[in-house]
Amino acid sequence: MISFTAVCKRYPGGVEALKDVSFTVADREMVLVTGHSGAGKTTLLKLMAAIERPTSGSVVINGQNVGTLRRRAIPFLRRNLGLIFEDHKLLFDRNAFDNVVLPLNIVGYDSREAARRVRAALDKVGLLHKERAYPITLSGGEQRRLAIARAIVHRPAMLLADDPTGNVDAEHARELGDLFRSFHQVGVTVVIATHDALLAQHLASRAIALRSGGIVPEFPRT
Amino acid sequence: MRTWLTQHARTLAATCARFARSRMASLLNIAVIGIALALPVGGYVILGTLQHLARTHGSTPQLSVFLALDASGDDAAAVRDRLKRHASVLKFSFVPRDQALRELKASAGLADVVDSLQHNPLPDAFVVDARDGGAGNLQNMREEFRKWPKVAHVQLDTAWATRLDALLRLGKLVVLLLAAALGIAMVAVTFNTIRLQILTQREEIEVSRLIGATDPFIRRPFLYYGAVLGAFGGLAAWALVWAGAYVLNHSLTEIGQIYGASLNLRRLTPEESTGIVLFSTWLCWLGAWLSVQQHLVAVDPV
Repeated sequence: MISFTAVCKRYPGGVEALKDVSFTVADREMVLVTGHSGAGKTTLLKLMAAIERPTSGSVVINGQNVGTLRRRAIPFLRRNLGLIFEDHKLLFDRNAFDNVVLPLNIVGYDSREAARRVRAALDKVGLLHKERAYPITLSGGEQRRLAIARAIVHRPAMLLADDPTGNVDAEHARELGDLFRSFHQVGVTVVIATHDALLAQHLASRAIALRSGGIVPEFPRT
Repeated sequence: MRTWLTQHARTLAATCARFARSRMASLLNIAVIGIALALPVGGYVILGTLQHLARTHGSTPQLSVFLALDASGDDAAAVRDRLKRHASVLKFSFVPRDQALRELKASAGLADVVDSLQHNPLPDAFVVDARDGGAGNLQNMREEFRKWPKVAHVQLDTAWATRLDALLRLGKLVVLLLAAALGIAMVAVTFNTIRLQILTQREEIEVSRLIGATDPFIRRPFLYYGAVLGAFGGLAAWALVWAGAYVLNHSLTEIGQIYGASLNLRRLTPEESTGIVLFSTWLCWLGAWLSVQQHLVAVDPV
């Protein structure tokens, strides 16, 4: 479970990215975080993965207060998460297989079991035939799917995706949406930050709408 | 435990692969470390050889007792008796003046000079080995013998050994200082090498952190690289010293033959060789560790 309580995040320089944000995401739920760019979607996800720490308020994931987590405990929090970054963060000096195997190497998987899981993940995103390809030779959509494979290869309980359909045509976006839905269906908690109205419509799940760092009430008062 | 071992084995394999990939750069690094280490080790070997020489040739302190030129055979016998009875004398030998002249004539290039002399300028002499080689005791004996009748001069033969000893002590200090300076240089070389590696692998480090790599996991390959670099550098230093000794020993043997002494650079013992490699490994590991401590913080996304 993810629960935000009165979370504020102010970046150095005084930019207030989030103001008094409170919400909860239940286990196995799929939630969209929507809003224009600059609304605070990325910050929200970064707080969940302890990439940023809240200025005030508490971020609790599975009973752990992420905001006050000791530095040494952070890697173990992240191993339970699947992170998909806006800029993919793929490593261009190694092929698709070696990119996806990275989280398993970090945990120290046996190499045969790791290979099996990597192929399963690549198969899931439809890139099995490209396991020897270098990211630079992949199309934008394929790179995105490779990043997704890396995020799910260690079977995390929670998947956090930051704008997974940015710069992707509508058909591709729908495919990616289906992919996320399939993860959700096997019991993964999925949080997707997006400004893609089509994707939101396609997934039709609960949405948390952000506007300039605050949550827009679901039923605005007139 | 098993995971831990696997991780270490994998890191070691990856480190070796990295050495193989950047062969030229790695070789140059190893050469730098090797040469830096070979200098003090070579100095140490030369000093050890000299010390050995000093010990074998100057270890028994001797006194030369020269009699006056006009001393007769009876005078010599009287001194001989006194020496025989003296408690501090271990043994002594008599060198008659004629024999001394013959020896002088036999030694290099002096035959002409000796032949041109009209009479023997050398006195009879006793060479005395003391029971106790302490400097104070020798000095006392010298003072005592000097007062005996018909004794013209008493000379302490340890003077050159003492001087050599002092020089060796100085040499040791120089080698130590050199070792310290080059040790720091080795740490600096590894520090910089690892810094460059961290800079080129910045992205990988950042991504690894984001997907749950612990600090030790990220540090490990760099520390391994440093240690392996040090080990290879130590081996290179050992090989350089060995090759140097091998080449020099040829000419040294020749020189030694001319002077009738066995002159040979000593070899490093297995313990010393292991010590050199381990020390070099440790130094480079230290350089890598310092570098990682310093630069990984800068890549921290948190």
